[in-house]
Amino acid sequence: MLERLGVESVLIRNLNDWQQPFDGLILPGGESTAMMRVMKDEALLEPVREAIKDGLPVFGTCAGMILLDDKHLGCMDISVKRNAYGRQLGSFQKTHNIKGIGDVPMVFIRAPYIERYGNGVEVLSVLDGHVVAAKQGKMLACSFHPELTEDTSIHRYWLSFINVKH
Amino acid sequence: MEDRTQLNRNLAQMLKGGVIMDVTTPEQAKIAEAAGACAVMALERIPADIRAAGGVSRMSDPKMIKGIQEAVTIPVMAKCRIGHFAEAQILEAIEIDYIDESEVLSPADDVYHIDKRKFKVPFVCGAKDLGEALRRINEGATMIRTKGEPGTGDIIQAVRHMRMMQSEIRKLVSMSEDELYEAAKQLRVPYDLVQFVHENGKLPVVNFAAGGVATPADAALMMQLGAEGVFVGSGIFKSGDPAKRAQAIVKAVTNYNNPKILAELSEDLGEAMVGINEQEIELLMAERGK
Repeated sequence: MLERLGVESVLIRNLNDWQQPFDGLILPGGESTAMMRVMKDEALLEPVREAIKDGLPVFGTCAGMILLDDKHLGCMDISVKRNAYGRQLGSFQKTHNIKGIGDVPMVFIRAPYIERYGNGVEVLSVLDGHVVAAKQGKMLACSFHPELTEDTSIHRYWLSFINVKH
Repeated sequence: MEDRTQLNRNLAQMLKGGVIMDVTTPEQAKIAEAAGACAVMALERIPADIRAAGGVSRMSDPKMIKGIQEAVTIPVMAKCRIGHFAEAQILEAIEIDYIDESEVLSPADDVYHIDKRKFKVPFVCGAKDLGEALRRINEGATMIRTKGEPGTGDIIQAVRHMRMMQSEIRKLVSMSEDELYEAAKQLRVPYDLVQFVHENGKLPVVNFAAGGVATPADAALMMQLGAEGVFVGSGIFKSGDPAKRAQAIVKAVTNYNNPKILAELSEDLGEAMVGINEQEIELLMAERGK
């Protein structure tokens, strides 16, 4: 996805990878319990938390959104309900509006949603009464997986948080 | 492509880079989840015990599967027999996240696999080579794994299957377009799937390693050979210290290219499962269902 937008990307699997220079961080989809485990084991939890609190632009999708909430990294003032739409049979796809971006395809896979948010959080999209995309400072989070579609608009929106020319 | 197939392929995308562990009780499922498993496979007996016990092996008791579904928040998979679509319907009814149409259980049909396109729930199937993988995908499988030789702790078959698939994929990639029709005929699969592999250099679905993975080094080997994740069956809960070994295998899959980390992970894991060599087995499960 980033490649298509002409943006260079690196994979961060351990503390060593974390030492290289980068301008923004994407916390992708996956299983949040497994991702937390790896971040703890690789001693990445604190450095990631500190960097985000110091203003590193971050984008969390699905499991990545869970990691940003008040029960995990504690970076965004949101509470996220896991597996909020049930098991795989509850997974679905829909085209829906995001404030400031427009209609985008949304792929929900055993997805979470935001059940509580604080004053500093700007809600960007509500689907059937549930918050599925939100922003707080340079932190962007969504329930669905833009990385699984051809649509690049959300990634482009997030890249605008980063103060370098692309 | 249908939305449902896409959604089911996408769930497998989310499991990529992860480890799926066989568990037989809610307690084991919790150990697996805490160790960082991306999903668990719920079954009554792990393959090593199925092999030891002999006899007909069937789908697990739904009650036992439900107990595991309640114990963890990660996806729960379960196995049904090859061709046994009624078992698959039952697993779909209890909202399983993924069905493994598996050669580890006794096959119910020696000709037909399940028509997986009829289901909303996703399927993973085993394959020894590219033709088998593409036939299963054509039937509706949304994830593929090597067949390995389950319950042996011997990695040789998983290696053979993964190498075979990767080499056949490379062959298709290097072919000229007019050679693809003949390739489709040889592989006994539809032309469009052959064309996809030719253009993309990979299967249209996620491809995991399975069968015989017992150590962090085994997991790293399979990842370096091109697996996108690993199933571990008997290897964990047949070993001396399951929690520690489970964590070590998860970390090995994350850091499969880093021998230094792999060395640390391989230290002090306690007893590995005993294992059986390929030549010592009487029943080759990988030969079930082609």
